[in-house]
Amino acid sequence: MSEIIKTATRDAYGKALVELGNTDKKIIVLDADLAAATKTGMFKKAHPEKFVDCGIAEGNMMGVAAGLASAGYTVFASSFAMFAAGRAFEQVRNSIGYPHLNVKIGATHAGISVGEDGASHQCCEDIGLMRTIPGMVILNPADDIEARLCVLAAAEHDGPVYMRFGRLAVPRVFDENYKFEIGKGAVLKDGTDVTIIATGLMVNEALMAAQRLADEGISARVVNMATIKPIDRDIIVDSAKKTGVIVTAEEHNIIGGLGSAVAEVVCETVPVPVLRVGVNDVFGKSGPAVQLLHEFGLDADNIAAKAKEAVKLK
Amino acid sequence: MDATLKKQLEIFAVKERLLLMEGIFNAKAGHPGGSLSIAELLAYLYNVEMKVDPKNPKDPNRDRFVLSKGHAAPALYAALSLKGFFPTEDMKTLRKSDSYLQGHPNMNKIPGVDMSTGSLGQGISAAAGMALAAKLDGKDYRVYTILGDGEIEEGEVWEAAMFASAKGLDNLLVIVDNNNLQIDGTVEEVNSPYPIFEKFEAFGFNTIAIDGNNFDEIEDAVKKAKKFKGKPTAIIAKCVKGKGVSYMENAVNWHGAAPNEELYNVAVQELTAALKELEA
Repeated sequence: MSEIIKTATRDAYGKALVELGNTDKKIIVLDADLAAATKTGMFKKAHPEKFVDCGIAEGNMMGVAAGLASAGYTVFASSFAMFAAGRAFEQVRNSIGYPHLNVKIGATHAGISVGEDGASHQCCEDIGLMRTIPGMVILNPADDIEARLCVLAAAEHDGPVYMRFGRLAVPRVFDENYKFEIGKGAVLKDGTDVTIIATGLMVNEALMAAQRLADEGISARVVNMATIKPIDRDIIVDSAKKTGVIVTAEEHNIIGGLGSAVAEVVCETVPVPVLRVGVNDVFGKSGPAVQLLHEFGLDADNIAAKAKEAVKLK
Repeated sequence: MDATLKKQLEIFAVKERLLLMEGIFNAKAGHPGGSLSIAELLAYLYNVEMKVDPKNPKDPNRDRFVLSKGHAAPALYAALSLKGFFPTEDMKTLRKSDSYLQGHPNMNKIPGVDMSTGSLGQGISAAAGMALAAKLDGKDYRVYTILGDGEIEEGEVWEAAMFASAKGLDNLLVIVDNNNLQIDGTVEEVNSPYPIFEKFEAFGFNTIAIDGNNFDEIEDAVKKAKKFKGKPTAIIAKCVKGKGVSYMENAVNWHGAAPNEELYNVAVQELTAALKELEA
């Protein structure tokens, strides 16, 4: 059996930035004193002339990013999700979102898997916040392959993008031939009884859940939804029609994230049951990341249990 | 300052005031006090100081202006329209649902507006970003931003000030409209930002205090700022809120209210008389 490759999506972010820095694209990378953790430090080392540390002042960093973007730069502004989407929400909304400027927010350390730092740093609200900003694109890659492609696609996209990366090393899901397109979900495994729509590190868990469900005679379709906004309505509608029930899985509050986005589409098109796996509207806590993911039900077991529950609703 | 130029600028400032009052009166909403206070500053910047071209408002080498106190949009629009960025007649459409002249500046809808602003404290950060872009690109354009003295109660202003100073953005000129009034009262009553001069100095700015309604002092300070290297400059401009309309001067209740027809006519009479005297 081949060894499972595990990489944090934040690492892929840093590497992809270095790659972009090697092209002639007019980019600049900003950070708020977290370059070692967000992995923009890799870019700083490779391209010091295109890197600016803004210090511990995320609101100002987003405004500076807006000013640079207005002068023709494609700007990557990085911090932890908590501060990028949380603290600087209004700067992102008014200085970047409203004028639709070319700023790409690289938000790392999203979700419970931040681990030991605990609730103050475990941002499970960012997707909900960013989704409400008109014109904002939200990308939440499942592994390092997809994270790299998200960064490259964001650089080519005209307008603001919020990219969500994790601290924890996660298993590789895709191979080198994987194609990524903003706004497109992907069926990773087809099935007929239930659809599991997952995002981020929950995609791998969803695939494992599907395996377990197959052993019990339940055929699960698995959809990877790396773009949370604009959401791929077609793949949701198709899944609802084909399998009649949907389970969503995300490392985010069950309020406002992928589950909400999917439920919105389903309610308006093919009303079928949608059950959500996510952080159940509680704050996180300190602990080893993997242990916390299990404790908060962000794993294959819980997805499989929810899927069985969903099938009973048919 | 040259007497002919001063007269031209004084006439421009009165015309700005007439236009911004027309806009606010027709909109039945807007912020006259803090718009009237900065007419001289805008008149100097747009007529003497800044390299901008109404025929090519997006010229990548232009000087930039960011109205961080975005609620003074009527003054900015008046100056831009008088410079030919768009027709002065359009001032009547201010804040109407079918107009491009939004209540607060919108860079994508209004020719000559370099940054969308309105949420206080944010414009200065964007201005710092533009100044940084000029430095990175080796370009010699300068960036100008006007803040309110109430606005500097926002923490982001000081994040931006620290940044501009730390990065040596000497191509950035920050002007504080120190008219001493904000919505809830005098700035001291509400949450005193004083001493403003010393604060900017402590944050590493070349700092100059002037009378912001006096063209000689504006010219002197702006010229000094341009020559100063290594640090950004902050001009603390003592201005009269509501300047030029007698009943609005230093009156807190005219921060964000439009005059009724009777009072609007008084304003027009006063400003027209001032214009006639200048043009005589």
